[in-house]
Amino acid sequence: MSRRNLLRGAAAGAGAVALPSLLAACGSGPGGDGKTITLGSNSSDPVPKKAFADAFSAYGKQSKDGRKIKVNTVDHNTFQENINRYLQGKPDSVFMWFAGYRMQFFAKKGLLHDISDNWAGYQGFSPALKAQSTGEDGKQYLTPYYYYPWAVFHRKSVFEQHGYQAPKTLDEYIALAKQMQKDKLVPIAFCDKDGWPAMGTFDYINMRSNGYEFHKNLMAGKEAWTDKRVKDVFDTWRSILPYCQPGANGRTWQEAATSLQKKQAGMAVFGLPHPGAQFPKGEQADIDFFPFPVINPEHGQDAVEAPIDGFLLAKKSKDLKNDKSLESAKDLLKWLATGKAEDIYLASDPNNIAVSDQADISKYSPLQKKAVELVSGAKQISQFLDRDTRPDFSSTVMIPAIQTFINKPKDVDGLVNSIERQKKTIFASED
Amino acid sequence: MSTPRRAARRGPRRFTRRDLAVLGVLLGIPILLDVAIVWGPTLASIVLSFTSWDGIGDIHWVGTKNYENLFTNYPQFWPAARHNLLWLAFLGLIATPFGLLLAVLIDRGVRFSRFYQSTLYMPVVLSLAVVGFIAQLVFSRDQGALNAILADTENPTDWLGDPDLNIWMILLAAAWRHTGYVMILYLAGLKAVDPSLKEAAAIDGASERQTFFRVVFPTLRPVNVIVGVITVIEALRAFDIVYAVNKGRNGLELLSVLVTDNIIGEASRIGFGSAIAVVLLLVSMGFVVTYLVQEIRGEKNR
Repeated sequence: MSRRNLLRGAAAGAGAVALPSLLAACGSGPGGDGKTITLGSNSSDPVPKKAFADAFSAYGKQSKDGRKIKVNTVDHNTFQENINRYLQGKPDSVFMWFAGYRMQFFAKKGLLHDISDNWAGYQGFSPALKAQSTGEDGKQYLTPYYYYPWAVFHRKSVFEQHGYQAPKTLDEYIALAKQMQKDKLVPIAFCDKDGWPAMGTFDYINMRSNGYEFHKNLMAGKEAWTDKRVKDVFDTWRSILPYCQPGANGRTWQEAATSLQKKQAGMAVFGLPHPGAQFPKGEQADIDFFPFPVINPEHGQDAVEAPIDGFLLAKKSKDLKNDKSLESAKDLLKWLATGKAEDIYLASDPNNIAVSDQADISKYSPLQKKAVELVSGAKQISQFLDRDTRPDFSSTVMIPAIQTFINKPKDVDGLVNSIERQKKTIFASED
Repeated sequence: MSTPRRAARRGPRRFTRRDLAVLGVLLGIPILLDVAIVWGPTLASIVLSFTSWDGIGDIHWVGTKNYENLFTNYPQFWPAARHNLLWLAFLGLIATPFGLLLAVLIDRGVRFSRFYQSTLYMPVVLSLAVVGFIAQLVFSRDQGALNAILADTENPTDWLGDPDLNIWMILLAAAWRHTGYVMILYLAGLKAVDPSLKEAAAIDGASERQTFFRVVFPTLRPVNVIVGVITVIEALRAFDIVYAVNKGRNGLELLSVLVTDNIIGEASRIGFGSAIAVVLLLVSMGFVVTYLVQEIRGEKNR
């Protein structure tokens, strides 16, 4: 017994890892024949859960070898918080996770199975998608399934009523905000109680000002947060803050989306599913969006923030040691990578859009079609601040930092110095 | 073996082998459990607090770096420590005396005292996490009941989002529950006070106030000890209410939340989180040791 196992055993006693080991226990389901594929799912919300169930049963039906999927669904947040221990314990063969740095982090730790051979046969995926599915070693680890772009959302009827035009540049955006104030609207619905929604605004200002490459390097810890370019981001943000709903740190995204729905607020930076979830069915068609405005013409509107969810193989899964099971798992990924498989999912969850350009978009809502245009026209696709960097950095440093900025927008120097100091200690712990 | 001979033998041989075996098992199991689920993890935390373990890779020793980092380079740490102490002070100096006051009033038999008693005790059956959800319904800026009652729509107060304000609102919510808890304990204590003591004090011409502070309160000493212990425990283990409200961020930081954020969450800074846990352990030990010393002294004097 090594020292690490001993410590781990002690920690298990504390119950610190009791939950993940329970999760893992679910994973040791039937196997043997190599035809049952275990799949760990974080889709605990009813809509996606049902949509996935549809997709998985469709896989079972089309499989000529009688393969089927056994799904272990775990509450979304629990799954996310325990992913570390889940992947080291007894994970399911296939599991759902996110693209980008968050995936690369685990790939580097040797917890993911290389699926480059699968990728050689995939069709209908853009180079940007491939880049987001690739680890630092150049091998592919993720099969993307859907994404949900972020943009500035608003109500068509409000824009028509006041004769507003979608702004193209930051100046126009601020001018529009001023006009909305005159019309007794809160220009921008704003929320950050949960800690993450405001990250979308930060990412967009950063990518519009400094470009995607800088965003990527900053998130990977390769650029200094004390850099003038980062301070510029906060300065720009401060110039928008007077038009944002005050008290953002006490407001959930549901409340912010509700104020947009009630026509109290004019616009909001959100992901595709967020306004949809708070608008009643009859008003869904009234949702519209425009891409985040241009700040630096050099970068234009090249980058689109569009988090990608997909499927991966867990290296530590016992079943994958069996060649037959491995083949089954890879067969499942191949099927999930087809446009048809994505169509089945999106038929019951219209808040996302398919990644494959072979997916059938004829049944999409006008909003979804517009979202497809947005991402297919993007030169780069970013994930989200908390998916493009180390999880320990985003949750323990960036969430409090952005909330501090919202409370005290003037002390940017103190803020970036504090972020940089903490970043150094966290990124230094890398092996 | 006859009885007189056995009585003559003193010391360890009083027990037969079987007695020893039974004792050994009965004492041994709890001791083993205690070591395995209390002391083992405690020691593991202390050991891990000197490493930079992330839960995946190998363990690297980093000496006291986690602690240096914690004290100088973690903006949430000092606020969290202050909030824990504030929690203790608020419960100890405001909520607990208030509970005592209510108990005394109810004990004197004010009208509808049973009604007050059950109303005030009601929140105690709720988990603090539930109290947190209720607090959000009341204090939310846009949709909360309090701002609706105040009809404050122009520039509503952000009870839970303003970091200078929210800790007080949460303390109020926590005290709402704590007061009822304390009240019930004191009510039980007051019922046990011998009425003849009060009569004697009245005959001696003591005022109500004098009777309470000189006669009744001192006889409540055992209850005071229990209430004191409960208050300290409640203050140090405070977690669920702030976690339910906003995950313990933006003015609601607590040491327990920082431990969770670093260890249980996706962050997995197990070494760093352990260092925070050790700080919390030391603070708790301070109170536990003081309490034990007092108790042991009290035993001797009795």
